[in-house]
Amino acid sequence: MLAFIGRRILIAIPTIILISIFVFTLQHLLPGDPILVLAGEERDPEVLEFLREKYRLNDPIPIQYLAWVGSALQGDLGISLRTNQPVLELIGEKLPVTLQLAVMALVFALVIGVPAGVLSAYKKGTWIDWVANVVALSGLSVPNFWLGIMMILLVSVKLGWLPASGYQPFSEDPLQSIRTMLMPAFVLGTALAATLMRHTRSAMLSVLQSDYIRTARAKGLAERVVLVKHALRNALVPIVTVTTLIFGELLAGAVLTEQIFTIPGFGKLVVDAVFNRDYAVVQGIVLCTGVAFIFMNILADVAYRVLNPRMRDK
Amino acid sequence: MVTPKLTAFALAFGLAATALHAQDLRIGLQEDPDVLDPDQSRTFVGRIVYASLCDKLVDITPDLEIIPQLATGWEWSDDGLQLTMTLREGAVFHDGTPFNAEAVAANIDRSQNLPESRRKSELSSITGVEVVDDMTIRFTLGAPDATLLAQFADRAGMMLSPTAFEAAGTDLGLNPVCSGPFSFGERIQQDRIVLNRFADYWNADAINVDSVTFLPIPDTTVRLANLRAGDLDMLERLAATDVASVNNDEDLQLEQAVSLGYQGITINVNNGAGADNPLGQDARIRQALSLAIDRNVINQVVFEGAFAPGNQPFPPTSPWYNDAYPVPERDVEAARALLAEAGFADGIDITIQVTNNPVQLQMMQVVQSMASEAGINLELQAKEFATLLADQSAGDYTASQIGWSGRVDPDGNIHQFMTTDGGINDSDYSNPEVDRLLNEARTSTDMAVRQASYNAARDILIQDLPIVYLYHPTWIWALSNSVEGFTPYPDGMIRLEGVTLSE
Repeated sequence: MLAFIGRRILIAIPTIILISIFVFTLQHLLPGDPILVLAGEERDPEVLEFLREKYRLNDPIPIQYLAWVGSALQGDLGISLRTNQPVLELIGEKLPVTLQLAVMALVFALVIGVPAGVLSAYKKGTWIDWVANVVALSGLSVPNFWLGIMMILLVSVKLGWLPASGYQPFSEDPLQSIRTMLMPAFVLGTALAATLMRHTRSAMLSVLQSDYIRTARAKGLAERVVLVKHALRNALVPIVTVTTLIFGELLAGAVLTEQIFTIPGFGKLVVDAVFNRDYAVVQGIVLCTGVAFIFMNILADVAYRVLNPRMRDK
Repeated sequence: MVTPKLTAFALAFGLAATALHAQDLRIGLQEDPDVLDPDQSRTFVGRIVYASLCDKLVDITPDLEIIPQLATGWEWSDDGLQLTMTLREGAVFHDGTPFNAEAVAANIDRSQNLPESRRKSELSSITGVEVVDDMTIRFTLGAPDATLLAQFADRAGMMLSPTAFEAAGTDLGLNPVCSGPFSFGERIQQDRIVLNRFADYWNADAINVDSVTFLPIPDTTVRLANLRAGDLDMLERLAATDVASVNNDEDLQLEQAVSLGYQGITINVNNGAGADNPLGQDARIRQALSLAIDRNVINQVVFEGAFAPGNQPFPPTSPWYNDAYPVPERDVEAARALLAEAGFADGIDITIQVTNNPVQLQMMQVVQSMASEAGINLELQAKEFATLLADQSAGDYTASQIGWSGRVDPDGNIHQFMTTDGGINDSDYSNPEVDRLLNEARTSTDMAVRQASYNAARDILIQDLPIVYLYHPTWIWALSNSVEGFTPYPDGMIRLEGVTLSE
């Protein structure tokens, strides 16, 4: 198992290098001049030239990239053009926010999505299946920003139950922190629950038709045991894949949800950074989320082997 | 014998008790400010934070008169080449460094000589700074500069603690130290900026809240929802379309002020190959475009009548507005006649770039439909702002819908746009007579002389039209009823002197 994990990590390294090269070149290909944005309404040519030199924007892109890799290897991801804050510090500030939102959203998605999927597969063709499917489809189709604003108007403005937006660090006030994050996590979680429900349903459907399920039933096992212990366990592999991929995506930041609920996570940071052509920040965040995504993939591979002994190395 | 101790204990306890009822004023901002160093920052929204954080040499009244702040008095020499300022006794920076003439000299030096400074052109007229005595400073200018006092009323006049910036250098923005009514508490990017009341502020009696928290909430609907839910006490830049709904809400109040800025269509008349087309070359087509637009309709349809229609760099409410040229009535026939005269009786196609923000796009669609009735077919090219700006600066455009946030002194709204090689003259408009008039207006401190120069320049510019002005936005603030004493200013700032918050 350890050798397997080690191999996967080695394979991941070239992927990370490729990601960083792609991001670096692609964002420099974007039209628009970061220095003009940075200078704002003041356009003293001398200042513009100084800033260009300071942020090495006059160098050819490969040289800029190598300089970035050089300092990145020493743990320096550069500073934000917009606020002068070190990028590493920014990532450290945003990571707990994004992590909390991702975990809470995933909990919503799992708690709603998996049982709904199991139930609709088990009751295939009945009204329960239809209702679950319609709800799932609506979950997928309703845009996050619309649902978000509607929930703010209902839950915060009309009922006054939860804060309308913002963020409270978990370490300062855990209860308030969870209260503030509840609505965004729910909005994000419902859309993901729909995806999970569809995957769970199809995985369960194929498992429920297998011979061993018929055998288990013939043995006279309770239906609950058949469903949870025999069917669901075997259907888990695709569900785990989808869940880890979803979690990886969540770590990259939920742009729209964070914008609506004003949550200072990766999504909001990266959007502001792109619009301001804040190259160092975009680069730092993408590197960070790229690593997170690859890590989640490795975790998924490990999970398969834990769940399914046949996939383990001989 | 125990009495002093008891008193001290009671005092400390009393203080702790008030701290429990600390009043925090929560203000919703439309954007997250950039770096909090007045010498390096560039955004409008950042200035809103500075209004509470950093005192300036002078301030303005709502009528744009210059009044004392850190300078209590000033005097110009007869030739207009020397400005002597008397400074306020007893003002201190947030780190305890005393405010004096040495500090002013160090600040001006930083604004002029820090390589990253964005204040250089604002202070370019100052050639010498002399510390006359501890509380008197004298500025020597290379040429008379009527705009200098207005510059001192903004970022160029904000005083930072020399102790702090000598230690922090360009990183000062991470922990700014000024001398305003509130000192820097903490900042979490895109989440909040917290400022705490500064006990040693020279005008501390006018400050009634213990802290102020600025929360950037970009979505206007969500910002208003936060105010309604009680999570904010006030917000800036309410959407014009929400004015009616706030007016109907018994728990909220509305304040507004016509801004100093403008929105218009900048036309490329000489900036590279992009100017090589009929619109750039023939002023009659630009006049036809201007005549085809009903500016009142824009205001009513897009902004529900909350903004101010305009046709000049200064709003009609400004003392610098030229009444000889009122906002023109729409005249489709005259527009068609001008087009025919220019040889486009069958109509003309023009491309205009516009930022991809829904309100600006909607506004330009209204312009588009009005222009088409006069035979001008506008093609709107929606671009993301950084791209639009780069293309405009490089001359890679025909016409561009863009605006200006506005300055206290009229010079800031016109000089660098209309003079040859002006810093933001993206039209590349050049007319020696306009240059002469605008330079003259800059060097006189006599308002009548300046007014005459601006009027004469307008006589030319209203014909040449390198910029077709459309409207002046209105700053709109929405406040909960618990906030009292707020005064709207045309510069869009939030000044907290006299503002109280009831429970």
